[in-house]
Amino acid sequence: MATKIQSDAATALAGLLFDGMTVMAGGFGLCGIPENLILAIRESGVKDLTVVSNNCGVDGFGLGLLLENGQIRKMISSYVGENELFERLYIEGKLEVEFTPQGTLAERIRAGGAGIPAFFTRTGVGTVVAEGKETREFDGETFLMERALKADLSIVKAWKGDAAGNLIYRKTARNFNPMMATAGRVCVAEVEALVETGSLDKDMIHTPGVYVHRILKGPAYEKRIERLTTRPRSEKASA
Amino acid sequence: MPWTRDDMTARAARELKDGFYVNLGIGIPTLVANHIPPGVEVTLQSENGMLGMGPYPFEGEEDPDLVNAGKMTISELDASSYFNSAESFAMIRGGHIDLSVLGAMQVAANGDLANWMVPGKMVKGMGGAMDLVAGVKRVIVVMEHSEKSGRSKLVRECTLPLTGKGVVDLLITDLGVFDIDRGRSAVRLVELAPGVTLDHIRAHTEADFVTDLA
Repeated sequence: MATKIQSDAATALAGLLFDGMTVMAGGFGLCGIPENLILAIRESGVKDLTVVSNNCGVDGFGLGLLLENGQIRKMISSYVGENELFERLYIEGKLEVEFTPQGTLAERIRAGGAGIPAFFTRTGVGTVVAEGKETREFDGETFLMERALKADLSIVKAWKGDAAGNLIYRKTARNFNPMMATAGRVCVAEVEALVETGSLDKDMIHTPGVYVHRILKGPAYEKRIERLTTRPRSEKASA
Repeated sequence: MPWTRDDMTARAARELKDGFYVNLGIGIPTLVANHIPPGVEVTLQSENGMLGMGPYPFEGEEDPDLVNAGKMTISELDASSYFNSAESFAMIRGGHIDLSVLGAMQVAANGDLANWMVPGKMVKGMGGAMDLVAGVKRVIVVMEHSEKSGRSKLVRECTLPLTGKGVVDLLITDLGVFDIDRGRSAVRLVELAPGVTLDHIRAHTEADFVTDLA
């Protein structure tokens, strides 16, 4: 079996990128984003991308870098409030956006990876999200049909991974990454630690290796915090 | 004197019951966590994939892999668990969450809620709000009673794009508390903020309501 391990992000994406393609990118805000693969996509100059991601990074970091570089034609997202450039491009009509409720987005991706072409949900009934979509009654209640999402490429970020492609995420950095790993025609995963096969607890693996085609250890992680909120240490004694 | 944001969220916190699983929206609703009544234990769900959200971390203990739905750094508790976004919304959509507190731009007498965009002006996206109002058992809205221009935000019919139809159970504003009951019956004013008169609230409310003060 050919190795899945790649030396760096550019090598990991070799032969996978083309103009007009659809890319899924894991992460919630800046938490759990594949920072090194995003940088490599920026360096590649690939354009007219449709990007499926819950958010679009911030100005100057994460997917915000691809936006600045004019590489994104369309976003499929649930929330973009952290990104001024995004809002401006959208209002000026320079960026196409398919707003999708967060849970519907997660489920569309899950369905895409699970071979389910569509599903019915109560979310969005009676709103603009329902426009042009089929509705159906089940047990006297109206539901909306949502179609599955797939991508030419999914890029995900995990905490630990091995040569077999097994992945473990950490805390809330998991978010959309596991579903996206299943819904890309090819999935490239970047990890903070590439560990020896056999050293991960097999009962604790979040993404089994079948979904991951290529894997690399990111050379560095900035892991930028979007909103630093803390309490003073003086509370510790009383807490 | 009208209620402050702290007063409004303290009032919302009185709706919490022991054992509840609760999702607090980003912004003002987050403050509800500061007012959980003594003797009431609730589990906070964060839709980005955590159950059992703890307080902000101590200075120096912040972890970029541990944030809430507002992207703020938080901490974990002994009982916390993490999961992916599909699982998180299965929890929400599947009716396993007891209560959600959300902010709003408009609430209508029929229980409709608008809180995600102003066409041509402001677009942030609905995030998880549409899923929350579609699946959570009880939805409480906390918002300022009027826009900065003075226009009532409790309206006859929403003019902004909807987040959900007939989804609001209770509305708490700086002027008082309204039982909306998802639009199944007439809006009832059930509480006035201290010093706020019935005449004042009538003059500042577009929607029709009946008065049912205790």
